Amino acid sequence: MSDIDSTQMPEHTRRDFLYVATGAAGAVGAAAALWPFIDQMRPDASTRALASIQVDVSGVEPGMSLTVKWRGQPVFIRNRTEAEIEAARQVPLSELKDPVARNANLNADAPATDLSRSAGEGRENWLVMIGICTHLGCVPLGQQGDFGGWFCPCHGSHYDTAGRIRKGPAPENMAIPTFEFISDTVIQIG
Amino acid sequence: MSGGHSTYTPKTGLGRWMDARLPLPRLIYDSFVAYPVPRNLNYAYTFGGILTLMLAVQILTGVVLAMHYAANTEIAFASVEKIMRDVNSGWLLRYMHANGASFFFIAVYVHIFRGLYYGSYKAPRELLWILGCIIYLLMMATAFMGYVLPWGQMSFWGATVITGFFTAIPLVGDWIQQLLLGGFAVDNPTLNRFFSLHYLLPFMIAGVVVLHIWALHVTGQTNPTGIEVKHKTDTVAFTPYATVKDAFAMVVFLLVFAYFIFYIPNYLGHPDNYTEANPLQTPPHIVPEWYFLPFYAILRAITFNIGPIDSKLGGVLAMFGSIAVLFVVPWLDTSKVRSAVYRPWYKVFFWLFVADAIFLGWLGSNPAEGIYVAMAQAATAYYFAFFLIIMPLLGFFETPRRLPNSITEAVLEKKGTAAEVRTVES
Repeated sequence: MSDIDSTQMPEHTRRDFLYVATGAAGAVGAAAALWPFIDQMRPDASTRALASIQVDVSGVEPGMSLTVKWRGQPVFIRNRTEAEIEAARQVPLSELKDPVARNANLNADAPATDLSRSAGEGRENWLVMIGICTHLGCVPLGQQGDFGGWFCPCHGSHYDTAGRIRKGPAPENMAIPTFEFISDTVIQIG
Repeated sequence: MSGGHSTYTPKTGLGRWMDARLPLPRLIYDSFVAYPVPRNLNYAYTFGGILTLMLAVQILTGVVLAMHYAANTEIAFASVEKIMRDVNSGWLLRYMHANGASFFFIAVYVHIFRGLYYGSYKAPRELLWILGCIIYLLMMATAFMGYVLPWGQMSFWGATVITGFFTAIPLVGDWIQQLLLGGFAVDNPTLNRFFSLHYLLPFMIAGVVVLHIWALHVTGQTNPTGIEVKHKTDTVAFTPYATVKDAFAMVVFLLVFAYFIFYIPNYLGHPDNYTEANPLQTPPHIVPEWYFLPFYAILRAITFNIGPIDSKLGGVLAMFGSIAVLFVVPWLDTSKVRSAVYRPWYKVFFWLFVADAIFLGWLGSNPAEGIYVAMAQAATAYYFAFFLIIMPLLGFFETPRRLPNSITEAVLEKKGTAAEVRTVES
């Protein structure tokens, strides 16, 4: 065997090709076999199933709030007072840390005016938002902080009366989920 | 493991039979009996042994606790209380495990600071140091997931905050967070997988510990002088010298450990964790376990945007960076002298760094408001400056003290001075 000189062999042999092809097939196979082990960690079907809930808000007077659980997360429903709405309206957009409404019912680039944060024309007093601080997921405390809105005790984020981030480490306004008033007193979330 | 000449000679027939087939007794003899250690090791060098002991304590108590614990959000909290009240000796086992985590971290912090002081990370021990950093990371992951298991308020909100870190990553952040949680919020799937991983990771730690000790026994230990072993007189045999010294240190360490278990078992914990998790209410003041507080302070110190990086991502990057920087310490330190004993300026900056780390821990336990934020920013700046500015520059500007020629000379010099002092006094 040793008298075969390797320099006399052609540069790329059939065997080289088979090695590469086998290796490539093996790598793809290994990746495919690995995927279910990662995929199983993602939210399962029961978690993903989009549940929508209906909430009766007839008993929520101005100045009162209600917290409901939706998809394992708290949703704040607040009937805002005139003073709170006025305070939020007075803020120029240029002063906002996050100038985007973050309202799932509007376009993604809608400006964060008080109107587009609220439930819309005629229902400016209603604020419905996912009660989770956009920093690291704590639940902010209502009617606290420097702007009279919400204050996150975890890392000191201050939100105003329209749930917009004003001070602290949180990057975005609190998210507003898809919701609608299906009657004058019932809100459907999701 | 000793990487060379073995002096093991089996004395019995069974020993010779074994040695020819599986020379495990030879490995143990060479690694833990005849293995030469520097003769001048002080008690700071006993924490490696203490850490091995604590890992064993945690695995042993953890395995038996898992026989009584139920990883389901409906009954997890109650099952831990059942361990405390109904399971025979359950209270003791749980207090050992909970305080054991804290004492594991006390030991690892002493061990890491000892390495930084005596320059243990320098060539040829870079891999030894990096393996240690990996163990430390695995310890942090294990401790974090273990703290979630009792399903108290701090468990839940700690898990929420820490998995929230990943949402800071652009584009794929939310996907990664949901992958970790198995849902949109911390819930039963999260608890289940954390239990599984909390059981797995300690065994991975044990595996890396074997590599860590292997690497240690290839290069040999450093010592307070930082001078390599040059001669046989520089060393003593592992047994009895290091064995007895390690054992004595372990006993003292365990005495303090026992004091905590029996007299102040909840001193290092947080009372909020005796309230069952409530996804709708965040406790007024979330704090992680004490051993994560310095990193928590660094996370919260970044309250401003840095160019395109917003404050949230910035905080998370700073926090991960504060641990990542440890991995490159062997290449950041430019000094040719290993030990701080002979580095007058490094010694000063080192102790400042220790004070800074403790200060950051204190800040982490306070609310992120007002003056605390400014102080945390200053302390974070020093933390990174120590590694990224002081360490590289000091090697060029510092004039080290004269190094002794050998470990033996250093030891005898010390003894000589002591003898002189005695003569003067008499």
